[in-house]
Amino acid sequence: MPFIGFLIVILTIVGTILFASKRVRAKYPPVFRKIAAIAKLRRAIGLSVEDGTRIHVTLGSANLTDPANTSAFVGLSSLHRLGQLSSTSDQPPVCTSGNGGLTLLSKDVLRAVSVETNTRELYDPDHGQLTGITPFSYAVGAMDILHEPGISANVLIGNFGTEAGFFSTISESNTDFTLAASDSITAQSIFFATTRDVLIGEELYAIPAYLAYSPIHLASLQVQDLLRWLVGIALIAGAILKLLGIL
Amino acid sequence: MKIINTVIAIISGVIVLLGYFIPSPLIQSLRQPLLDWAVILSGIAGLIAILNLVFGVHWKRLKENGASKGFSFVLFIAFLLTLVAGIFLGPSNTGFQKLVTAVQVPIESSLMAVLAITMAFSSLKMLQRQRNWMGFVFFLSVVIFLIINSGVLAFTTDIPVINDMLSGFHQVPVAGARGILLGIALGSLATGIRILIGSDRPYNG
Repeated sequence: MPFIGFLIVILTIVGTILFASKRVRAKYPPVFRKIAAIAKLRRAIGLSVEDGTRIHVTLGSANLTDPANTSAFVGLSSLHRLGQLSSTSDQPPVCTSGNGGLTLLSKDVLRAVSVETNTRELYDPDHGQLTGITPFSYAVGAMDILHEPGISANVLIGNFGTEAGFFSTISESNTDFTLAASDSITAQSIFFATTRDVLIGEELYAIPAYLAYSPIHLASLQVQDLLRWLVGIALIAGAILKLLGIL
Repeated sequence: MKIINTVIAIISGVIVLLGYFIPSPLIQSLRQPLLDWAVILSGIAGLIAILNLVFGVHWKRLKENGASKGFSFVLFIAFLLTLVAGIFLGPSNTGFQKLVTAVQVPIESSLMAVLAITMAFSSLKMLQRQRNWMGFVFFLSVVIFLIINSGVLAFTTDIPVINDMLSGFHQVPVAGARGILLGIALGSLATGIRILIGSDRPYNG
């Protein structure tokens, strides 16, 4: 079993590097379906720049040493891109989280964006905030920001539990746009029932590629699709072999 | 500086990843301290973020005399009391643990109750938000599973066909969840690899 895992990791690394190369990209250009929620997010960013409001990104409360933190890393990548896209505004995004490590990383991302976009005077370290260290205290602490009139869109990306209900219901009633995505099944079902624009399953991992169009993100998405096909074929083959009594 | 950060992150990531697959004592001896450092750093990051929350955000609000000054005052006092009690009694002291639990559990239970009502109310409007076939299927599934799990169909346990059908129904969400989890696992893998090869850097230094 460890050998198969090792093989999948190597396959992913090689595939990502290969698909990111110029020659392969030209030969096999990535074709992705339209995700309405992400298209609406791009529109919400444009509107926030126009009307001088902010976008709030919240990253959940996964620990950096947990396997569930990759969704928060997607949130950080998205925060980086959102910061770049809204750099023409004088209201950079704000970010909340329920974990100290994620808070420091979000401050770092916001600072990096301000350096890249030459907007250092707009950088405020308090724009990256820890709002609580337990899931509920995190949600209650973030309510202040969710209620702020200067926030026009909320982006909820990360690992959430049942506290996701607080974020989604308050955000839906206070702001024009809410994008909700999580790797947790509980949070996904809550988001689906309480918000309009939800990303289900692996759609969450497509956000950076759809926002940035960078070769490595697009390649990563292509590899993800390829692996999904392989897993599907393996599952069907396994079921057939089991039916035939070979497995 | 950025290159040094990236190189350190890649080397650490590769060592930890190899440790999962190769049970070599050399890799394990390198991997364990790295994991220990990660835990320590994560704890320190938590402490820094809490101090920033208390003194950076709430202390500032107290000085600015804003509308939510009262909440910030309560948070500040609660933080100081917990800190002092924690330092003098120690985090493993049963009295200290009882005190913290006696405050935290009722508050979080109340929040859970508020959340249940908020969500029930918000879910009633679900079909207004999700006006598509997915929304309809979700709504129908919720209704069906609420009926099945409420126990009103308990009398059907003696009817073989219906009983088999109901146990089949119970497998449907498990299959769906597995499908979603497989997609998430592949997405996590791709994200992890992007960070491992240094193309995604949430650390900028």
